[in-house]
Parts: sequence; structure tokens; C-alpha cells
Amino acid sequence: MHRQSPILRWRRYPERYRLEGNKCLECSQIYFPKKELCECGCKSFVNYKLKGEGKILTFTEIKSSPEEFSEMTPYCVGIIELEDGPKITAQIADADVTCLKVGDKVESTFRKFTAVGDSGVIHYGLKFKKAKSSIN
Amino acid sequence: MIKKLNIGITGFGCYIPRFRIRTDDIAVANNQNVELIKGALLINEKTVPNKDEDAITISVEASKTALLRAGVSPKMLTAIYMGSESHPYAVKSSSAIIGEVLGVGENFMAADTEFACKAGTAALQMISGMVEGELINYGLAIGADTSQGSPGDALEYSAAAGGAALIIGKNKSEICANILYTLSRTSDTPDFWRRNKQQYPSHMGRFTGEEAYFKHVISTTEAMLNETGFKILDFDHVVLHQPNGKFPLKAAKALGASREQLKYGIVVHDIGNTYSGSSLLGLVNVLENAQPGQKILLTSYGSGSGSDCFIIETTENILEKQKIGKRLINYLSDKQYVNYNQYRQMVKMIH
Ligand SMILES: [Zn+2]
Repeated sequence: MHRQSPILRWRRYPERYRLEGNKCLECSQIYFPKKELCECGCKSFVNYKLKGEGKILTFTEIKSSPEEFSEMTPYCVGIIELEDGPKITAQIADADVTCLKVGDKVESTFRKFTAVGDSGVIHYGLKFKKAKSSIN
Repeated sequence: MIKKLNIGITGFGCYIPRFRIRTDDIAVANNQNVELIKGALLINEKTVPNKDEDAITISVEASKTALLRAGVSPKMLTAIYMGSESHPYAVKSSSAIIGEVLGVGENFMAADTEFACKAGTAALQMISGMVEGELINYGLAIGADTSQGSPGDALEYSAAAGGAALIIGKNKSEICANILYTLSRTSDTPDFWRRNKQQYPSHMGRFTGEEAYFKHVISTTEAMLNETGFKILDFDHVVLHQPNGKFPLKAAKALGASREQLKYGIVVHDIGNTYSGSSLLGLVNVLENAQPGQKILLTSYGSGSGSDCFIIETTENILEKQKIGKRLINYLSDKQYVNYNQYRQMVKMIH
């Protein structure tokens, strides 16, 4: 991922900060990120805040990362299937790769993504971490 | 005559990071006597923030639980005041970021407060005054910190990370703890400070005790008792600022409080000093364990120096709120230890 301007990131706060997707008014399909055209052909949606709970479908450890994530490296990234349906790719926080397994329950947690140098903007967003019931 | 308030807590929540370091490991790394240190501080272990955590991320997680328990839409909050001495930005509001993440919208008043370890209770007083004065219906007050001490300094054993959030309202059917009174004492005392752009604070060692912490905590609590006519033993729970395990015990003893009154209010032993989060974490733990109709005395302390004192009384609604959301005890049992080297790596980013 290349570095994005603070303004571009700012426009995506609803999804990055609050897992805001949308839901088709016709067939109730939930999308994250938001879509403008549903698989059913409908174009009418309402905003829908996803619950932030789900399970790990697959995961990997990133050992060589883009420079902006170097402070956190190594870190884990996974595909999470949310209880609401959508699947998303996200960092898995507070986790060593050896303690993760497919099917682990995870929950969203608000974290720092990157800070641009010592004077740039700090980027925040949602990561996922193992829910307590999945620990051990 | 002190004014009696008609407001209360409708939601409360806390957050501490998952990682911990044992006091033993810090002492060994610094070639210091483990038993001596533990005896002096009464801290077994402390929380360590991960590299991607700061006072804002801690505040967000604590506030989410507070909102869940308050049972109101984030859009109903019309003020957010966040107190910390580790605001991630020197200039850019932490409270504004927290409001955006919670989905409060844009119709809210906001500011960040700073008064060493009492920035959170100062925020609580400000929100309380605004609700009492009917400027707002609901406000969010937060105290959170990712504090740290330089390697080898006494502070390294206690400086920890965590925070707590409280939603204040005036609707009796939603209030789980009435805030009855608050007052403060403040004096210009040079016990502990951190200049701009300095990574670590400076402090006057032993002077931070008698002339600073004890003087303010005791005199402010006594002033409150004098003003309201309550006796210390009238309270079911006493919560005092807890920079280590020993100070609140000693202050409580001087005030005539029993160990039983401190049962839920002292949480520093397994968390460390969370600065602006410290006394509010104790309060949240009390609220998570209290019975209806119990009286709570809370006195914070912030270096520089001052104390804020509150008298709070739980209502019937407390039992329902206790069934919702993550409790401090859940966070305490969800932990992973790091060694000293990992710990230094994790905290080197702070500030
Ligand atoms: Zn559809």
C-alpha cells in the first residue's frame, strides 16, 4: 500500500473508524466497503454499522512490510469473516503468529496504523484482536 | 455551603492493554533489589501499551463500553472532554478524534484537559457542571494515559497505560450513580513536571509524597467531609489516586478509612499507575462491583498540584449496567507477559 494523503484517508473515516458499510434495501445484503449496486440489481442502500465481531478465515505474518509499518513489523494480517457477513482483510493486533489459528474469534479494536515521521499526521483505524474466549 | 448536584453517571467503561511486565523483571534489568522495590511500591506488574496503542485508542475502547452501558446513541453526546498527560498530538484535539471514531457526529463541544494525573477527574467536573447547568443533556468525560518513566528511574516501575470513560446525564431513569458533590483544592507545588518536547518527566523524589500527594489528597477529602457533614466511615467505597500501592493505603489510613472500604477502589497492584486513568479506573471497578444505594468517595491527585473530590451514590440501575460490556476484571485476566527488552521496545515510541 502506498502512502495516502491525510485528506484521502479523512474521506474514508466512516469505514476506517466505525466499520460503516451499507445494506441493500431490497434483499438486505450487507456490503463492506459500501457498494452502489447490489448483486440483486437494486441501487437503494442504507448505511449499516457492522458489529466488529467475527472469525479468522486465514492469516499470515508479514515480516517485510512497507516502510510506514516498519515499527510494527513483524505483524499479522488476516481475512476476517464478520458475523454480519462481509469478509475483510485487516491487521491482527496483539498477536504472535504462533498463537493464532483459523477459526479464532476476533473483535475489532481501534489502533494506530502509522505516524508519518515525527511531524506528520497519525493515522488510526480498526484492527482485530483475539476475543478473550479464543485465548489459550 | 457546597451545592448538591442533580446529575449522575449513566455509563462507564475502562480499558487496559493486554501486555504486562512484572516488577521483578524491571528490577533485575536495573540491578535493583526485587523485594525492596515490591515492598516499597506494592506493585506486582503493570500494563504495557503495544506500539499501536496510545491515549486516544485507549479512550475509544473505554468509551465504547461506556456508551453500551449508557444505552444511548453516540449522537446524543454533546460534549467530550478527554484528560491526559500523553495526548498523542501537542496540537490537535484528542477529543475530536474520539468523537469521530464513536460516531458522535459534529454537534458536540470538545477540549482536551491536562493536569498531570487529575486531568480525567477535571474533565469529569467540567462535564458534570455542563449537565447540571443544562447546557448539555449527555457528556463524555475520559481520563487515559500511556505514561512512562526513564530506564532505571523509580517511575519505570509504576508508569503504565489505561483509561476510563464516564457518561454523565440527568435523566433519573438512566442514572446508575448520582454525583452528589464535587470540590477541589489546588496549589502551585513543584513536585513533578514534564517540559515541552521532553520524553520523560522530572520529579522531586520523596517530596512528591508528604508535601504533594498526601497534603492534597487528605486536605481535599477533609474539606469535602467538612462541607457535607459526612464521616469517612459513611462510605461503602473509597477511591484515591494510586501512583503506587502504598500511597493510597497510607492516605486512607490517615483519613480513618478501613481496608474494606478500599477493596474495589485500589486497582494499582496489577495495573500500575495509569495517571489520568488511575482514580477513574478505581471508580469504574467500584461501579462494576457495587450494590445499589452505596456511597463512594473519590479523590484524585494531579501533580503541580491539586485534588478533585467527588461523592457518588449508586442507584438501583447499577445492577443492570453491571451485566453489560467488558469489565475491568475481564481485561485483568486477558494478559500476556513481555520481557524487559520487549517492553523497552514497545514504549520507546511513546510521546
Ligand atoms: Zn440487493
